[in-house]
Amino acid sequence: MTELATTSDDGASALRPPGWTAIPRAVWPVVVGVVLAYCLQELVVPNTPTFSSVIAFAGINILLAVSLNLVNGFAGQFSIGHAGFMAVGGYFGASIVYYGSYAIYGDFNFHGGYLSYLGSARSTPSMPLLGGELLFLAGCILGGLLSVAAGYLVGLPSLRLRGDYLAIVTLGFGEIVRVLLEGTPSQISPYGTLSSVDQVIVDKSSFFGLLHRVGGPQAFNGLPTYASHFWIYVWVAIVLAVAVRVKYSGYGRSLLSIREDLVAARSIGVDVTKYNVRAFMLSAFFAGIAGVLTALYVGQIKAGDLGFSRSFEIIIMVVLGGLGSISGAFMAAILLTFLPEVLRDPPRIYDPTVLAVIAVLALIAAVRARHRWRVLGLIVGVCLAYELARWGADVSGRKLSDFRMIIYAAVLVLLMILRPQGLLGVHEIWEVWPLNKLPFLRRPLRSSSTATAGAVALQEKR
Amino acid sequence: MTSFFQIIADGISIGALYALVALGYTLVYGILQFINFAHSDVFALGAWASLTAAAMLGLSSAFGAQVPPFYLTLLVLLAAMVVCGAFGYAIERLAYRPLRNAPRLNVLITAIGVSLLLQNIGQLEIFRAKNQGMTVYSIPFGPFPRVMPPMIVNESITFLGVTFNTVDLIILAVAMVIMIGIEWMIFHTKIGLAMRAVSFNHRTAALMGVNVDRVVSFTFVTGAVLAGAAGFLYCLKYPQLRQTADTMWVLFGLKGFVAAVVGGIGNIRGAMLGGLCIGLIEFLGVSTISSDYRDVYVFSILIVVLLVRPNGILGKAVVEKV
Amino acid sequence: MSPRHLALLLPLALFSAVIGCKKDPQAGGAGRDTGTGDIVIGHYASMTGSEATFGQSTDNGIKLAVKEINEKGGIKGRKVKLQTEDDAGKQADAVNAVNKLIQQDKALAIIGEVASSLSKAGGQICQKEGVPMISPSSTNPDVTKIGPMISRVCFIDTYQGAIGARFVLEELKLKKGATLYDRTQAYSSGLNEGFVDAFKKRGGEIVTQQAFSGGDTSFSAQLKEIAAAKPDFIYVPAYYSAIVNIGLEAQTLGIKLPMIGGDGWVSDVLKSSRDSLNGSYFTDHYSKEEKRPEVENFVAKYKKEFGSEPDSMAALGYDAAGVLFAAMAKAPTLNGDDLAKAIADTKDFAGVTGKITLNANRDVEKRAVVQKMQNGDFVFFKAYEVEK
Repeated sequence: MTELATTSDDGASALRPPGWTAIPRAVWPVVVGVVLAYCLQELVVPNTPTFSSVIAFAGINILLAVSLNLVNGFAGQFSIGHAGFMAVGGYFGASIVYYGSYAIYGDFNFHGGYLSYLGSARSTPSMPLLGGELLFLAGCILGGLLSVAAGYLVGLPSLRLRGDYLAIVTLGFGEIVRVLLEGTPSQISPYGTLSSVDQVIVDKSSFFGLLHRVGGPQAFNGLPTYASHFWIYVWVAIVLAVAVRVKYSGYGRSLLSIREDLVAARSIGVDVTKYNVRAFMLSAFFAGIAGVLTALYVGQIKAGDLGFSRSFEIIIMVVLGGLGSISGAFMAAILLTFLPEVLRDPPRIYDPTVLAVIAVLALIAAVRARHRWRVLGLIVGVCLAYELARWGADVSGRKLSDFRMIIYAAVLVLLMILRPQGLLGVHEIWEVWPLNKLPFLRRPLRSSSTATAGAVALQEKR
Repeated sequence: MTSFFQIIADGISIGALYALVALGYTLVYGILQFINFAHSDVFALGAWASLTAAAMLGLSSAFGAQVPPFYLTLLVLLAAMVVCGAFGYAIERLAYRPLRNAPRLNVLITAIGVSLLLQNIGQLEIFRAKNQGMTVYSIPFGPFPRVMPPMIVNESITFLGVTFNTVDLIILAVAMVIMIGIEWMIFHTKIGLAMRAVSFNHRTAALMGVNVDRVVSFTFVTGAVLAGAAGFLYCLKYPQLRQTADTMWVLFGLKGFVAAVVGGIGNIRGAMLGGLCIGLIEFLGVSTISSDYRDVYVFSILIVVLLVRPNGILGKAVVEKV
Repeated sequence: MSPRHLALLLPLALFSAVIGCKKDPQAGGAGRDTGTGDIVIGHYASMTGSEATFGQSTDNGIKLAVKEINEKGGIKGRKVKLQTEDDAGKQADAVNAVNKLIQQDKALAIIGEVASSLSKAGGQICQKEGVPMISPSSTNPDVTKIGPMISRVCFIDTYQGAIGARFVLEELKLKKGATLYDRTQAYSSGLNEGFVDAFKKRGGEIVTQQAFSGGDTSFSAQLKEIAAAKPDFIYVPAYYSAIVNIGLEAQTLGIKLPMIGGDGWVSDVLKSSRDSLNGSYFTDHYSKEEKRPEVENFVAKYKKEFGSEPDSMAALGYDAAGVLFAAMAKAPTLNGDDLAKAIADTKDFAGVTGKITLNANRDVEKRAVVQKMQNGDFVFFKAYEVEK
């Protein structure tokens, strides 16, 4: 770690590439992301139908966790209202797509190409992009922008409040949004021809007059499902690229300085409020888009599902991944989305896949761990406990999956106790063994991880 | 005018319950500076433990059930407090103590984990006690709502046109007594002195010979016992209990927490004041504007108070040290 | 330190495990019957979370039906296997659960959900994948409009509300009503709407409509408003999880008006409501006191199996499974389209909750009963056959 800290910034500025490469440098990760997203949609998802929806929700959770990490991990503020931003953006975007579809096409059906198509292989649209996608993308952006406005409002109190108090304000914000959305009027019914009541409403109001009709407590239903795996993972690629660029930019370093020591940051000229508010706005943008994606993947959005417990789920992902670690948030989001689903049908220990995973873990433990016998013992102990629990459940005539929420909660508590800094701590995955040995990942690490190094030094100082 | 006083009376009666829950949050926050999100579940545990204890004592909530003798009521209350205290101790010992020096966010996540654990274990049904083919109670509490047997004579008393229920008066009285008791304990006993020392700086307190672990455990157990009492009183006022994973419990706990923050977290009198304020505002909002936005009033007032007085009504401003 | 590196590999391993799960993609796609082995039916419900009561009751009802059919030798000589998945009352979990039931467990038909919004979320998948779905107790009219794969065995909200209005005017002869409903439950507001419409149409007067939110514990503000409006009765179409508190609070406030409710009232918990709800009435799908053989058989078996009296969720779960099994026995094959058609053709199925005939919208209009709360028990009061 000390070798990182001694790498000075002088070398980095001398190595800085010419300005004209800025745009390609910012764009190529997204291009790669788009290609990967397409591969995922065409190759992975059709072969894993059981987990297709889980993969989609994992993408949405990555979007949420990485964006929340901007506020909770980078800026060190503590927001428990992320689901509130999701609700604001999600409802607005969904409403634009829904009523926009009616204004343009005269119905509420799906009008996209095969990039958006989620259906079974009955009749696939022939074109990759049709007008529906443009409407959907417009809905994403506009939903995100309304979320940004909400983020501005919620970020402002950080002028006066911080820590737990700011957290409580964000919590209050989230709950207020939920309750207000539950008070909205019922939607225009999406199925078949309009009923006479709906017809009167549609005749009387313009497109904008319809936007607030989002179903209230009964959820906003029958939305056209444009948010395919492709689009979800395109947004994942964008949020990852943005987060990485922010982290290693001057702005990102200012944020990290606020997190580490607010007073010191202020004394060297960091405009704390401005930077915090910006972090909130950026984070809210992606949360809003995650809301739109959820709505248009499921075909439904429900304010009741977007309360504080949803916000907690996202915070758990960020903390489990390691505060400030983008790749940590990414992995924790995947892990925590899959964990409850895998627990529906808990695999046997002697299932080849599980055995392989255990073998790999044991191997790493044997090679790398400082207390290798202790770690190996832990692995064996967990396996035994798992089989014992399975046996106990069988004997008492229940299924282990009946207890999946209990296992999930217990795993969470245990992980927090055994590994309080999260999976990756403040590091990124390319900074840890064995990836840091790869030559092509070594360079960017040297030139750009001073911020991380500072954080490491502080962490060790504590 | 009478109706206005009536609203105030109603608001105070529910506010006293919020205040009792707020006390638990405030005690723990005062000592450890951390939001114990599992507190609302300990509160739910208190309510369900009272119900189970009452059912074990053979009390029935069926048609025409009689109010039991007073000592049984006390016994049920005691049972709820003991169960909650034991759980409070176990939670602190097993989940929070290993994280004493970890970042607070971790402790918070652990608290959420413990909360999920309590909720989901609470709604299991491993053993069922039956009487004449009907389930009387289950262990843990099971997924079905149940009704608390009548424990006290609940009558309406009309005074100057304002109607009180005996239950409300009892809740208010108990809350006042507990608050005064806690206040006395903190300022006039040795353990109270230790608690104050730990809340200023636990390292220095340890150097001065204070057993920090024991003080923290004591605080947690006190908070949990209060939650148990609050749970019992809640049963008296609203006898039908929803299962432990119902969002209603967390929401109720959150309002208690909001009360603690509004009053000034870490401050005993503040918790009482905050509880009553929240109760009053909720009822004023419900009766003057609309009952649809009950929670909006509570959280709006929270945001307003925090923006005007960031440390709550009775809280002291914390000077940031460099 | 190694855990960092372990962490690194865990998601990777998980991902490869997922990809490894790809086993037999062509062995009968979604909604296609392989013709051999057990017949798998899926049930998705909130077995945990806030609404766990509904999920567990329904699941008990279905389990009973499955046990019965297997004792009779199964369907077409094959055993029926029930696979229940929990959705914790959440939309994303419901989608995952239905997806798993269809793709992994190869369920040939799905039963679920109680909550209408979750039925819609799951129903869209069933419709897309071509797997028939029967909702036991989703009463929102839009649920079956999703498509021909979706049907239900309960009457819709507005229908039940209208029955309530008919009963109040014809039987109790009360003209001035107030309502108190849960605005966050589509069920409750739907019943309220149906009741108010029908009550006004038949010449009654609604003096006030009060609402509360699902998580509310205190109803005194609403009850005082109602008392001030001086109605003859209160219509409270909420779930039983709130009813006892409403009754007791009304009692302490000195409100002595008769309360009228809906099928959401049916639960053991009301029997321990002390005496506050004595003399109230509610509309219901069936009464356990009815002397029909289906009812007697069901109540006896349920009590023996689960040690409690069945609520209406359990009865509807039992009927949903019954309708499904009857259709399976009749359908030429168990493939999605054939089965859906057989379900839609259901006519005069003798269910616990009355004769079930699916109409063109795959909705049901059937008889309803009115029960009375008397000395801590439900007493069968009157049955209402379908009008016209």
